[in-house]
Amino acid sequence: MRAWFQHHRLSLAQTAARLGRSPFATLLNVVAIGVALALPFGVYCLLANLESLSHKITFEPQLTVFLARETSKADVTALEGRLRGARGVRAVRFISREAALADLGRSGGLSEVITSLPQNPLPDAFVVTLAASDPVTADRLEVEFKSFPKVAHVQADSAWVKRLDALLRLGRTGVLLLSGLLGIALVAVTFNTIRLQILTQRDEIELCRLIGATHAYIRRPFFYLGSLLGFLGGLAALGIVVAGLVFLNRDLVGIAQLYGSDLRLALPSPQEMGVVLAAAAALGWLGAHLSVSRHLHETYR
Amino acid sequence: MAIISLHQVSKRYPGGFEALKGVSFAVEAGEMLFLTGHSGAGKTTLLKLIAAIERANGGTVLVNGQNVSSMRAAAIPYLRRNLGLVFQGQKLLYDRSVFDNVMLPLVVTGQPYREAARRARAALDKVGLLNRERANPVTLSGGEQQRLCVARAVVNRPAILLADEPTASLDAAYADEIMEMFSAFNQVGVTILVATHDQQLIGKYRKRVLALDHGKLQ
Repeated sequence: MRAWFQHHRLSLAQTAARLGRSPFATLLNVVAIGVALALPFGVYCLLANLESLSHKITFEPQLTVFLARETSKADVTALEGRLRGARGVRAVRFISREAALADLGRSGGLSEVITSLPQNPLPDAFVVTLAASDPVTADRLEVEFKSFPKVAHVQADSAWVKRLDALLRLGRTGVLLLSGLLGIALVAVTFNTIRLQILTQRDEIELCRLIGATHAYIRRPFFYLGSLLGFLGGLAALGIVVAGLVFLNRDLVGIAQLYGSDLRLALPSPQEMGVVLAAAAALGWLGAHLSVSRHLHETYR
Repeated sequence: MAIISLHQVSKRYPGGFEALKGVSFAVEAGEMLFLTGHSGAGKTTLLKLIAAIERANGGTVLVNGQNVSSMRAAAIPYLRRNLGLVFQGQKLLYDRSVFDNVMLPLVVTGQPYREAARRARAALDKVGLLNRERANPVTLSGGEQQRLCVARAVVNRPAILLADEPTASLDAAYADEIMEMFSAFNQVGVTILVATHDQQLIGKYRKRVLALDHGKLQ
């Protein structure tokens, strides 16, 4: 058991020394892996930021029903009754055109424009809150309301949130695909690096086999080499992504100030960073495993 | 009791060349013997079969009572730890010191460092290279390199030492030196099998001689 630990320590030290002996080649390998990983991880971070933004917007399933001009009080009351009666409706709130105009004047800083208008351009409207947020009900009610008399237009207020959500889902699938592809690239890079290393150490491997080294003994340093390359590549990827986010934030702060909001991109959490490093090391190990197994199998039965 | 015994062993290489044909012999524990024959007679092949570097096509090769020719691949490393091999073409590692070259068999078998270092120095002392332990093997003469190979072969205290043309490319004085070392190891109980075509050398020692001729024992 002690011998086993001793060899693990020795393997790791030798592997690190070996990487240190050819710093330029090592750096290039690490950068190649780092860039390959930074791409999906960077996109992932941007998506995570967008997602948290979309979650901040309260998602209330609402339909706004705009009425035609010159609708009489009686028609409004009748329509309100029909809206309330529709299946899947939780609440109906009437906003008269006068109230809407006053509201606009207060919130948008457009009071001057509004007072200069010869007449109120806004229609009466109902804000209909739905009981459930499923898109099927919303679509059904939208069509139903449109067919009511005196209804000019029905607008689903939550549509853009839904669209954003769908886009984010698409983005996540994209990240998954990208991670898969670039993960394969990482395995390929380590496979080749390890293959070259095996070739340069061919004599040593041959000799070790002759003096009684087990397969595990011969493979171990290469596993370390692969994992270490992956790990360092993962660190490089984190560096690239964090630097990129910090850089983007500098510009974003300027833009956000213009809009009077506090918008900035969140950096990846320690857990996320840990997952990236672990995944990179694991993929490096996989590349090394494939490479070593293949070589030893080719050379010795 | 025989430590090595071969029974009707044959070895055919891909392409049809028959290196060994029905070879049978036994080596007693603690014996030293020579394996001789012309170049291509099968000396190297025979040693390779004993060390499980090659596998026989027929017959049985028993080492320490284990049938080497049908051994699982995973068991072979443990067989080799009982063997000291002095190869043709040396195979020293030139990216590390003399000391580290001798350490390798001990590191491979997982000896604790302190004990391993002590044994490596003892082995280097036996072959007269202790004062060169920090040197790179490249800076050693041919005879010194061969002595280093011997030190590496015996550092693990193997029961059996197999040497393939250990004195080839050495002048007579160096060759004698190497053979004297083998003889000394033999006196402390190591079984030694030396393949050589140097008849002069064989004549000096009164040991059993196995002569191979075109893959057959004479």
